[in-house]
Amino acid sequence: MLEQIDLTQVNWARAQFALTAMYHWIFVPLTLGLSFLVAFFESIYVRTGNEEWKRLTKFWMTLFGINFAIGVATGIIMEFEFGTNWSNYSWMVGDIFGAPLAVEGIFAFFLEATFFAVMFFGWNRVSKGFHLFSTWMVAVGSNLSALWILVANGWMQFPTGMLFNPDTARFEMQNFWEVLFSPVAISKFTHATSSGFLLGSLFVVGISCWYLLQERHQTMAKRSIIVASVFGLLSATYVGFTGDEAAYTVAQKQPMKLAAMEGLYDGQTSAPLVAAGLINSAKLPGDNQQPFAMEIKIPGLLSLLANRDPGSFVPGINDLVFGNRQQHIIGAQEKIEKGKIALELLRTYKEARKSGDQAIADASLKAFGDYQENMGYGYLNSPSEAVPPVGIAFYAFHIMVVTGAIFPLVLLLILYFQIRDTLAYQQWLLYLGMLCIPLGYVSQQAGWVLAEVGRQPWAIYGLLPVTVANSNLTSGTVMTTFFLFLGIFTLLLIAEISILAKQINIGPEEN
Amino acid sequence: MIGNLDYSTLQHIWWIIASLVGSLFIFLTFVQGGQTLLFTVPRSDEEKALIINSLGRKWELTFTTLVLFGGALFAAFPKFYATSFGGAYWVWMLILFTFIIQAVSYEYRKKPHNFLGSTTYEAFLFVNGSVGILLIGAAVGTFFTGSSFSLNQYNQVTWQTPYRGLEAARNLFNLSLGLFLVFNARVLGAMYLINNIDHKTLTDRCRKSAWKSFLWSLPFLLYVLVNLLFMQGYASSPETGEIFLQSGKYLQNLIGNPVTLGLLLLGLLFVIYAVNITCFKGKNNGIWFGGLGTVLVGLAVFFLAGFNNTAFYPSSYDLQSSLTIYNASSSHYTLTAMTYVALSVPFVLAYIAYVWRQMDSKRLTIAELKSENAEEMY
Repeated sequence: MLEQIDLTQVNWARAQFALTAMYHWIFVPLTLGLSFLVAFFESIYVRTGNEEWKRLTKFWMTLFGINFAIGVATGIIMEFEFGTNWSNYSWMVGDIFGAPLAVEGIFAFFLEATFFAVMFFGWNRVSKGFHLFSTWMVAVGSNLSALWILVANGWMQFPTGMLFNPDTARFEMQNFWEVLFSPVAISKFTHATSSGFLLGSLFVVGISCWYLLQERHQTMAKRSIIVASVFGLLSATYVGFTGDEAAYTVAQKQPMKLAAMEGLYDGQTSAPLVAAGLINSAKLPGDNQQPFAMEIKIPGLLSLLANRDPGSFVPGINDLVFGNRQQHIIGAQEKIEKGKIALELLRTYKEARKSGDQAIADASLKAFGDYQENMGYGYLNSPSEAVPPVGIAFYAFHIMVVTGAIFPLVLLLILYFQIRDTLAYQQWLLYLGMLCIPLGYVSQQAGWVLAEVGRQPWAIYGLLPVTVANSNLTSGTVMTTFFLFLGIFTLLLIAEISILAKQINIGPEEN
Repeated sequence: MIGNLDYSTLQHIWWIIASLVGSLFIFLTFVQGGQTLLFTVPRSDEEKALIINSLGRKWELTFTTLVLFGGALFAAFPKFYATSFGGAYWVWMLILFTFIIQAVSYEYRKKPHNFLGSTTYEAFLFVNGSVGILLIGAAVGTFFTGSSFSLNQYNQVTWQTPYRGLEAARNLFNLSLGLFLVFNARVLGAMYLINNIDHKTLTDRCRKSAWKSFLWSLPFLLYVLVNLLFMQGYASSPETGEIFLQSGKYLQNLIGNPVTLGLLLLGLLFVIYAVNITCFKGKNNGIWFGGLGTVLVGLAVFFLAGFNNTAFYPSSYDLQSSLTIYNASSSHYTLTAMTYVALSVPFVLAYIAYVWRQMDSKRLTIAELKSENAEEMY
């Protein structure tokens, strides 16, 4: 299985997946959040019967539609890219991974697709109540689709509810509920959707701040700000709690990712959290260099975050690579040796089955059972390959957290001044509100970079490295599609931003 | 009850479900067919806007059905998903590409400052309706003509041609199936617009266009059908699972399974009836008969490929690498779990039908395009 690896091709396939996923994630979180905000606005309209709320709803709905279309366009490739570029992965885990994708289609996408048409074209065709119901269904559908895809992603981070079948050479599902209710899947879903609510709120607040600065559409802007800043604040609180939970599950299920995102090489008890730091990029596992050129630490906080106990031990990269007997940690080095034995036994088993030698087949299968837990490590050649890119993981994590901490403060101030009705005079705050839109997007992207780069070198954590998960393609082929997607998505993004900017400039219809 | 179904029954059920989703997709390509009419049928911007707005309320259903088709195949027949998408890379990538450009076109075409200009977005819609559907047809054609790939003992696919699936379009059978689907989609598109739009001169032109497209589709349909009856097929031995070539395999499948034969004949009759009442009797409801007929023919074609010990994704390069519903399916457990999930499909179809009725009870008029909701229109 190893002889076919073409590293350039794997890296182009990774680049392509990263490109398409990152583009897709520009549009998804706004859909998640703005769909609910539009539903709130329309609910207020239906309750009050006030036509100004209807105009306000329609304005935000127009922006929602522009963003939604490109979200759909960038999404379809994701559904098929597992097959096109990660076909070995698709075969090895399709028995588990395919299910949530199919469920997503049945339960979520049709809700969105069906009710989207009512939302936009049903104003005069269906009753007020049914229209409102449709708007809510689009919001529910969007967020349900996030549930299923995050269940799938959660499973890649923490594979559960399955067994390896040596005859088919794949993993097979044993328990659907374990896959669905895996702690990683749940924390991913709650964290990602609430961050989407927050981004939607920042978007509405930021644009409304611009109107206040321009002294245009002020009533509409103030109304939007009230609803969106309350929703944003609630969401931000929830983002904080679910973020803490996400970090805890990472520590429990993916200790290497935690060590990388904190730049922690030597594990320690009462481990400090690096609040900010400059990574020493020359540092390698096992050498004597300092991991940071400079850093600011908060004592005991990492242990608290990782294990909910400030005095607990948090393993570092060196412990996970070379092992730590004292803490009963088996290192990647030892796992690789066991994994290579597992792969050899699997090969012997398959050959014996083919030649009909039942005795050898039985013996190798039995022995394989003792080693299969580390089978994935057998594909690695050196223990340092088990370490994800520390710098990217570290900076992505810290950018996400720092930007994430700014948002609730800004929203709180905006809400405070809005309630006192003096927001329009706080120019600095209005600019800050606008700045939060790009910062929100940066935070979102950083979160996914951390999640996926921190998963390296694995496609499925601990079981299947990306180097074995890919399709048998030439790097030229993948490079070509990479640039095709880069080109078309960039063109479409420019079109989207240009259309959005124009619509924002036009603003809502005034009475 | 579902928990007690044996493995082979589940594999058959899932081939039926996948076939149904695939056939519904082919019906829903009336959207793509309608998109190709944009450059010929309307004579003014208003008429063009009617067509775009009519199709614009349905395009997401087609799109979503395609996505579900992919998802259902991934969940139920992961070896097909891995082999075909990873192997026939270019043909699938180009198909997806045409759907990517479709997805923004309705929303962006008329918006000010849309960067690429309306004509570009209209061209995107045309490419999706023509090239996209043609390639889908060619890819489905390989269910019968086979592809050049091999699988190793770990089921990893190696494709034997550098064209990565595009070679399918060089085969006359596959090409004919693709062209048939393109023209059939145009027939369906015209019928849908006739049903959905209230504009006499425009719908009259749609009737003429439906008849022309139907005539164009006939030679390709006949070529496909006649070949299907006489071509060699990829049979699988029920005892050993060994794959071998058998002459008249699909004819045997047809005769051996009266349901498939019935579906095919009934489907063709429905389509012909629909064309007749649309083009010569001035009726507006042809789409329902044409749509149902298309679904039935689609089911028959997929059943021919998958049932009665036939390899549905055959390899002409290495017969034993061919995929059957038995060797390509998910595990017994996953198929059982997914069958429970599939119980919700009638519910989903019901709410789609309900919303469709609610939205389409009044036909689209130019007056509506200019109403107070004009800014929402495409």
